[in-house]
Amino acid sequence: MRPAVLVGLAFTICNWADITTASAVEPVNFNRDIRPLLSDRCFQCHGPNKASRQARLRFDTALTGEGLGEDRGGHRVVRPGDVEGSELWRRVTTDDPEEAMPPRESHKPRLNAKERELVRRWILEGAKYDEFWAFVAPRAIVQPQVNAANWSSQRIDQFVLSRLEREGWQPQPRAERRTLLRRVTLDLTGLPPTRQEIAAFLEDGTEEAYEHVVDRLLGEMQYGEHMARYWLDLVRFADTNGIHHDHFREITPYRDWVIRAFNDNLRFDHFIHHQVAGDLYENATLDQQIASGFNRLHLVIDAGTALPAESFARNVIDRVTAFGTAFLGLTLQCAVCHDHKYDPITQRDFYQLYAFFNNIDARPETPGSGVHAPFVRVPTAEQALKLKGLEAAGDAIDAAAATLQKVSADLGGVAGDNLAASEAVTAVKSALTATQSASKKNREQIVALQKQVTTTLVMRERSEVRPTHILVRGAYDRPGERVFRATPAFLPELSKKAGTPTRMDLAHWLTDGKNPLTARVAVNRFWQQLFGVGLVKTSEDFGAQGEWPSHPELLDDLATRFVMSDWNVKQLLREILLSETYRQSAAAGEKAYQTDPDNRLLGRGSRFRLDAETVRDQILFVSGLLNPRMYGQSVKPPQPPNLWKSVSMVSSSTYAFKADEGDKIFRRSLYSFWKRAMPPPQMTIFDAPTRERCIARRERTNTPLQALVLMNEAEYFRAARVFAKRILEYPDEETRLRVAYEQVTSLLPDDGELEVLRNGLAAFRKIYQEDPLAVAVLEKGDALSPAEEQQERGSVDSAQIEFAAYSMLMHSLLNLDITKTRQ
Amino acid sequence: MDLAQQLSTLAERRHFLRQTGVGLGAIAMNRLCGRQTHGEESALPHFAPKAKRVIFLFMAGAPSQLDLYDYKPGLADKFKQPLPDEVRDGQRLTAMTTGKTHLVQPSMFKFAQQGEGGLWMSELLPQLSTVADDLCFIKSMHTDAINHDPGKTLICTGSEIPGKPSLGAWLSYGLGAMNRDLPDFIVLNSAFWSGDKVNVQALYSRLWGTGFLPSRHQGVLFQAAGDPVLFLSNPGGVSRRGRKAMLDLVGRLNARHAEEIGDPEIQTTIAQQEMAFRMQASVPELTDISGEPEHILELYGDEVHKSGSFARNCLLARRMVERNVRFIQLYHRGWDHHSNLPRKMRAQAGDIDRPAAALVKDLKRRGLLADTLVVCSGEFGRTVYCQGKQTREDYGRDHHPRCFTAWLAGGGIRGGISHGQTDEYSYNVVDQDGRKTTRFEDDAVHVRDLNATILHQLGIDHQRLTFPFQGLDQKLTGVVEAHVVKKILV
Repeated sequence: MRPAVLVGLAFTICNWADITTASAVEPVNFNRDIRPLLSDRCFQCHGPNKASRQARLRFDTALTGEGLGEDRGGHRVVRPGDVEGSELWRRVTTDDPEEAMPPRESHKPRLNAKERELVRRWILEGAKYDEFWAFVAPRAIVQPQVNAANWSSQRIDQFVLSRLEREGWQPQPRAERRTLLRRVTLDLTGLPPTRQEIAAFLEDGTEEAYEHVVDRLLGEMQYGEHMARYWLDLVRFADTNGIHHDHFREITPYRDWVIRAFNDNLRFDHFIHHQVAGDLYENATLDQQIASGFNRLHLVIDAGTALPAESFARNVIDRVTAFGTAFLGLTLQCAVCHDHKYDPITQRDFYQLYAFFNNIDARPETPGSGVHAPFVRVPTAEQALKLKGLEAAGDAIDAAAATLQKVSADLGGVAGDNLAASEAVTAVKSALTATQSASKKNREQIVALQKQVTTTLVMRERSEVRPTHILVRGAYDRPGERVFRATPAFLPELSKKAGTPTRMDLAHWLTDGKNPLTARVAVNRFWQQLFGVGLVKTSEDFGAQGEWPSHPELLDDLATRFVMSDWNVKQLLREILLSETYRQSAAAGEKAYQTDPDNRLLGRGSRFRLDAETVRDQILFVSGLLNPRMYGQSVKPPQPPNLWKSVSMVSSSTYAFKADEGDKIFRRSLYSFWKRAMPPPQMTIFDAPTRERCIARRERTNTPLQALVLMNEAEYFRAARVFAKRILEYPDEETRLRVAYEQVTSLLPDDGELEVLRNGLAAFRKIYQEDPLAVAVLEKGDALSPAEEQQERGSVDSAQIEFAAYSMLMHSLLNLDITKTRQ
Repeated sequence: MDLAQQLSTLAERRHFLRQTGVGLGAIAMNRLCGRQTHGEESALPHFAPKAKRVIFLFMAGAPSQLDLYDYKPGLADKFKQPLPDEVRDGQRLTAMTTGKTHLVQPSMFKFAQQGEGGLWMSELLPQLSTVADDLCFIKSMHTDAINHDPGKTLICTGSEIPGKPSLGAWLSYGLGAMNRDLPDFIVLNSAFWSGDKVNVQALYSRLWGTGFLPSRHQGVLFQAAGDPVLFLSNPGGVSRRGRKAMLDLVGRLNARHAEEIGDPEIQTTIAQQEMAFRMQASVPELTDISGEPEHILELYGDEVHKSGSFARNCLLARRMVERNVRFIQLYHRGWDHHSNLPRKMRAQAGDIDRPAAALVKDLKRRGLLADTLVVCSGEFGRTVYCQGKQTREDYGRDHHPRCFTAWLAGGGIRGGISHGQTDEYSYNVVDQDGRKTTRFEDDAVHVRDLNATILHQLGIDHQRLTFPFQGLDQKLTGVVEAHVVKKILV
């Protein structure tokens, strides 16, 4: 392989060793090549943390002051152009253990030969220093020039191709149409295409066929459900409190709001504002209040064990941490106890942000299960209508009562011994009694209805601002210097307004166009959804220890244009999906996978295992079991017995698990009840996080336990049986095999595959012919009673055997690697 | 793996599938079991290990050191006397005993010296007393957390904050697998216990989770009823023969697709399906104790016949050690004795005494104790002062992070010794001169030091077992300096 350009931090990853050999042609780039080395090996003692800084030397800021360029009594840390005259070079190359850097006791490895060569060339080339890229606002980017003019004229593709050309690579041809349709359908809805959708796409020979598909999918309701799922990982949405009793708590309307927000294509900046500060709008709508529940998604302990003051501090720290991960891609929490060791986030910065989030009008510990004030009621449309009717009736009753009161008073004046008048008084009195009982009944009905109405936790600000102090070493009971609301000093200032800044000001600061992080971080996560890896691989960390982007200019270009489009998510996704980069084939051969396992160069279509939820939803969908009902309280599909009991306190409201019944158990997985101490194993075994902390990207492993889930999970096997029943309605074996294969994989089997399927079917038939009891058990889906066993012995007919054999065949298809993979 | 190797694996697999239905190529095996490497830190173990495996007996809820291990004869005369302020010395309390009086409560149980080492042990542990010369007590354990949740999270993952990898996950990540049929890290949770039934603290899957490490390193929780491993058994109507035929079919198609697409991940899928198939045989074989001779079952006690008992789990742990499972963690709950401690403590100690002693003996007889480290600990200790009703023979104790006792056995640890000491109230760790201390140099042992020591016995320098996440080289022992307790090593 020809020497290729070095790719940022990737050189710490062994797989990349071959394509990251420094090019002799391209100049060293400080941010890409040198800063990660300094950050990893040096910042701990020569970085932003003042307390741990050694020798008054820091490498994280420009070359002045305590920085790299300083003259230190005759010698200089770095003398541009003069390698041998640079102390840095001497220290990283010397064998003298007294002087060697990084020192032994740091447990940091010395620079290897390649890394030293980079440092040498950097000094030789003038030791140019740049501010850290992610903390400088992205600029409008000029579209790069490429040699191959015939691939694509789209902006995204130009960036990708220019990088590929520098590596001497070619893009892959477009993916075959069936594969492409499956890919885009799974990526946008989390479900595979139907056979009808495949046929329609194949028949549409127009240029715009694919574009039409993308537009159709962006309009599907399942789009919002699928997009929401990623967001719910990021903000650690769950149905329980996560600590101690791990009680249930009701906040599902937040989940439903996220789904609707994506489906309505709510501007992403508004999406952020509503979550950070939805409660602070003047006359906040119900949706805005629900969205502010973002601030309530942290773990929270129930009263009676911990100390409330400590719980309070933990909650706020958790809230600030979530704010940092979700919107800024920063590890703010590193500055709870001390200044950040790698990023210029001081402990003061942390507590200045803390001051925005500690003014909640709530008890720091939950009173028990369910609600934990402040909360709002979220009636369904039907309930709202009913409530409105009842309230109107109540008003009418009150009005009638008031009139009667008045009449009664008037009559009282003229009554005396006038018979007619006193009869009238009696009549009015009895009418008044009637209105009173009607009013009472009306009030009871309202209360009863309100009890059925779902509630959701929301944020609410106290009227008086709580004073904030730096917590010394992060200890809740060691308040230090008082601080006031402000944003971190290394990021743009909050726009100046009179008075104390609010959370709403903070929310707008994220999206005012000057913030260098928000748009990049968001765009990168959307990219990650569609390619498996972000342009910045460490999508949770855009700080100095994060990874240099594979395509920095593309990232900046997308981020700036995302902001200019008024933060239009669907438009962003549409552009990415229509790129040739996205449409490439993943069948690139072994060499491509070996050279670039994560597809960082984007020289092929990405191929990766589907997430836990999609694995399950797809099985339910292709077998025809999926219940598409949207929204509402979380549901409990069956899971193996005793899992909750094995970890819970007896007095927890989530001690005993009781599976739901009926078609509730076939809802999409994002509606599954999430107990943080023990989430559904079908999900966690496939790398779903516990939702105890904010997760910007999931691990993607491949384990025997996953194989066991797909082989033996009862509902998954039931799906195979239901599926078999439907497939058997087709007339002949060939059709059945083709239809089934297509339904599961979106592909048609070739002759070789058909033969494997036919042989498999024959083998299953033979097994079941010889084992009639197994046929009966499979058909029943449960063990047989002794009487049934007696009866079934020998009485199994060929149709039953056929059903059993087809069930196994469908089951086999659901276990294929290409089924659980998006490619 | 280069192309030629891959093709040969593929050919080998096809052959194997044809011949026997299912098999696992050696190359794929290396891919699967080989630990994740990064940077230049991949040379593990860092030095020759003393122990190959660990059994961690976790007493969830925090047993009282005062009633089991930390003998304080002087307290008998101090019954109901207030705890001197200079002893408490500003120690934070839980919400339960804040603002209440703190009156000294001596243990009602008798202590005696055991074995040649003369270790003091409570009458509640008669069987464990018989192996005293194999045990090493650390009486100077201390922790940061005062409540169960953070306390357990700290001792199991090295951090109070949820989301860090557990000890077992680190070992799996760092050292890889020692066998090809079973997980590296197995969790056995007592399904029942005899002490407190109502106030039983929760567990969380994060205690055996992987945090930011790849999830294949997570502990596999064995179930007391039903499938020992979730989703292990074939569904009704699917025989082992049927399963084999199904995997044969799936394997053939997967292999075709692997060739077509070129993604080695498909090979991994094939290998993992084969491993799953083998686990379907190896796990039931592991949990089937019908072949254990009567004298062994007797050693563990009658409870061994009940699935899910601590005794059964101890026996299973031994069987796992024999099969080279790297890390086995037993959880026994019901130790949170805020009230009626003597009654509950008798029952709880009764649960663990015989089986734990049997485990040590059984391992020793088989020559396995030499390279198997057994650790027993709760998440913190209990207070010397009484909580709730107080008589000589009925009392409760609150949470206490400043000192507690853990014991270790085997795996290169010296037996029959006690390390570190506490003051006359078992309230503070003290140095040789009786001065309050938390310094390692004075033999105080923080949870992170215990973890560093466990890693050390397995040949790992805790400073060098790291994983880059969120900008830090994360490690089990965290950012505060941790130490190996060299004084207790053979």
